[in-house]
Amino acid sequence: MSTLATTAAPYDAEREARARRLRGKVWSGFLYGLMTIFLVNVFLMIASVGLNSIAKVWRGTWLPDGWTTSWYFDAWKEFQLGDVLWVTFEVVGAVVLLSVLLGVPAAYALARREFFGKRWLIFLFLLPLMVPSITYGIPLATVMYQVHLAGTIWGVIFANVIPAMPFVILVMTPFIEQIDPNLESAARVFGARTPQMFLHVLTPLLAPGILAAALLVLVRTIAMFELTFLTAGSDSQTLVVALYYAVFAAGVRAPQSVDAMAMVYMAVTLVWLLVALQFVNPTQLVSRVKEHPQPA
Amino acid sequence: MSSDFKELRLDNVTRRFAHADGRTMAALDGLTLTIPRGEFVALLGPSGCGKSTALNCIAGLLPLSDGAIWLDDTRLDTRPPEARGFGMVFQNYALFPHMTVRRNIAFGLKMRGVSAAEQAARVEAAVKLVQLQGHEDKLPGQLSGGQQQRVAIARAIVVEPPLVLMDEPLSNLDAKLRLEMRAEIRRIHRNLGRSTIYVTHDQDEALSLADRIVVMKDGSVRQVAPPADVYAQPADLDVARFMGYRNELAGTLHDATGVVRTGSLTFNGTSKGKLATGAPVRIALRPDDLVVGDGPNAFAATVDGIEYGGRESLVDVVTADGARLHVRTPVAVRIGESVRVSVPPTRTLIYAA
Amino acid sequence: MTPTGHAGADRTPWLVAPAALFMLLFFVYPFLYGLWLSFAPKEGGMLANYAKFFSDTRLWPTIFTTLKLALPATLINVGIALPIAYRMRIKTKRQKWITTALVVPITLGTVLVAEGMLTYFGPRGWLAQVLQFLHLYDGPIRLTHNFWGVLISLVISGFPFAFLLLLSYVTGIDPVLGRAAATLGAGPWAQFRNVYLPLLIPGIAMCFCLAFVQAYSVFPSAVLLGAPAGPTRVISIAAYEAAFEQYDYSLASAIAMMMGLVQLVIVAAVLGIRRLVYRGPVTGGKG
Repeated sequence: MSTLATTAAPYDAEREARARRLRGKVWSGFLYGLMTIFLVNVFLMIASVGLNSIAKVWRGTWLPDGWTTSWYFDAWKEFQLGDVLWVTFEVVGAVVLLSVLLGVPAAYALARREFFGKRWLIFLFLLPLMVPSITYGIPLATVMYQVHLAGTIWGVIFANVIPAMPFVILVMTPFIEQIDPNLESAARVFGARTPQMFLHVLTPLLAPGILAAALLVLVRTIAMFELTFLTAGSDSQTLVVALYYAVFAAGVRAPQSVDAMAMVYMAVTLVWLLVALQFVNPTQLVSRVKEHPQPA
Repeated sequence: MSSDFKELRLDNVTRRFAHADGRTMAALDGLTLTIPRGEFVALLGPSGCGKSTALNCIAGLLPLSDGAIWLDDTRLDTRPPEARGFGMVFQNYALFPHMTVRRNIAFGLKMRGVSAAEQAARVEAAVKLVQLQGHEDKLPGQLSGGQQQRVAIARAIVVEPPLVLMDEPLSNLDAKLRLEMRAEIRRIHRNLGRSTIYVTHDQDEALSLADRIVVMKDGSVRQVAPPADVYAQPADLDVARFMGYRNELAGTLHDATGVVRTGSLTFNGTSKGKLATGAPVRIALRPDDLVVGDGPNAFAATVDGIEYGGRESLVDVVTADGARLHVRTPVAVRIGESVRVSVPPTRTLIYAA
Repeated sequence: MTPTGHAGADRTPWLVAPAALFMLLFFVYPFLYGLWLSFAPKEGGMLANYAKFFSDTRLWPTIFTTLKLALPATLINVGIALPIAYRMRIKTKRQKWITTALVVPITLGTVLVAEGMLTYFGPRGWLAQVLQFLHLYDGPIRLTHNFWGVLISLVISGFPFAFLLLLSYVTGIDPVLGRAAATLGAGPWAQFRNVYLPLLIPGIAMCFCLAFVQAYSVFPSAVLLGAPAGPTRVISIAAYEAAFEQYDYSLASAIAMMMGLVQLVIVAAVLGIRRLVYRGPVTGGKG
């Protein structure tokens, strides 16, 4: 084989290494530059909402002329934020509870057993995550108006469970798959009946996964606009829908008061986001991801 | 990359990394080694000893903190991995899952701009060398572990690198296949006539494959020697332990010629390294070197356990001082039996404690 | 796993029943009902709604208005996210900070982004001030209440989504494959081109589909930031108006079905292209 040996061109190691480092630096500087521009603009945008909400007047200057907290009191009264926050709390709580109660057992069955029609069921559960909410939200709202569910808080809750529960299934199925089934067999061998097995073995093992799934659903449901918008009545609005109406009708109200409401919404979301990030990886908000160990 | 090289020199190759608490640790501390063309070198040591770090430094996957790597008069350590021209076999094979066996093997040739016709000819030769004829168009996922291993080797050697690096390539195979592949690797190495650096934690593998063994521990080299020397004359106590000297007795050096007192027993042995009279020492004894029966350095002991092993059994004996020793012997004994055990002075190795 | 004998049939699969029942009731049934409703118009024959959709100039052009927004937005988002995600494939502190920062615009949602943009990108916002202060652009700055406002909002909420999704795919590829390619002579570009890119194709296709579907159903920002009467009258606005302003649920369902159909066509096309390229495992052989 040695007769076929390839001969590399003469190689100026130093020069090539320098050129390579330079190219790498330029490219990576470009990418980080793009990322920085994006993040800086997003955070300035958020900052300008925040500043505006405590500004007396702010018209075309760098900073507002004078500060006040009165917009928050105005917004609280004007938009009935107390009621809206309570409805949001009820809706989000119920959605999290329902989607965990329905989703976790389903994920367990899907993770542990093979049965007829399983592939179709998985497809069914994935569909609401692939089809945008407006597409199925309009027929859903139509049906809900006919059965007088639309406009009620239960209508809003059921509508929001549709994308939330499949998300729980999506997060929990791989989580359950990685739990050794031998642990359940062992519990049975040592005499645990099914309820005992669930209580003493499965629940503690599943708890971290359920917590993660619940927090992810919580954060996503607070921000879920379309389905709530299509199914809510005037007394079943969540915060995000109330904010939409406030922005939509911005002409009749002071923009500062709308921004004050936006800050309240942001505070609610970010608090839960911070809690969630203690337990989940940021990428899990958009997909299920396993942690991949870096090789040594 | 020219295949006509004389030697590869590692000169004080060092890799340090910063610890979380700010200290720097040397994962590899000053590896200096000259590997002539055609030699098979094994880096041997327990996990975390720095042998994989050494291999990754040589391959260019980790930058050096210090030192240099030379192929004859060409300095290689400043180059990125793709410009070093070595071949590497990874522990989990790292076959490209989306390429057929043929394309996997041809990858290095393609990167070097080899013509399609020559690629085909060389891939065919490499496939033949690793005996994978008929599997060329399969994907890695369709192959068994042993076959994947062969593809990984073919992919590394088809570019005819001056040096092939192997990172525990047999650790994922079952015992029988491991023995088969061991012979294969040796055959392929001889066939190519280039150098191989082989990382392993398995002493049998290192002893059977290598021309020279580099024993490492805690990032530093403890001994560089041919297999027979590493086996029979470990340079220090750590190497001895790693090479299967399972029996140790603490004592004092009574006489610089190699007389050690340990409890009520006296051994004539061979000093490894300069030891002063009266110094605390440890005697290292391999179970295979202990003999049941009278002879030099004989002492009385009681049989306490027997692990039957076919032609030979592993017998635990307890001396009058209560020291427990492992003896490999063809002599049939019974538990509780009093026996005499002896060991030749040349196989009684004395190390500083 | 299935127990046999007199213990009876394995009842575990039934755990999926409540969830499945819920989906049938609240997802499948409304969808089928909507489909049927779209063929039962208020007046006219079975296809009257669809005939109306394709003849009314307030309706059929919305497909293309939406495509004109959604396709560029998706291409920008995926196109920029891919090199950045690839660059950040190695886990570092920086990667952690950036991913955390990027979660914020996603969780805040489109409505808040729209409100923020009205303030920040508006004619008197900070961005306009900075541009004029630096004399980079002296004309009037119109980035809200038009096409560009909606496009920017689609990038602000869509880019982090595409980035995080792609990052999860990139980090799912065993980095040892890239190293193996390097030892075989592949430089950084060749490693990406020959090893990472082919293995990423399924992920890129999936990311493109999900990002597109999101952008195509753009609703609140098209209303709040765009010109909902004209250049950004997207298809969801048309559907919403039909349902909640004209109370023609039948027509609204027909528009929703058309919307689903267009998405389906694009998604099918992307997945079809992907299937032509490669589909398979992404790790290095058997571990």
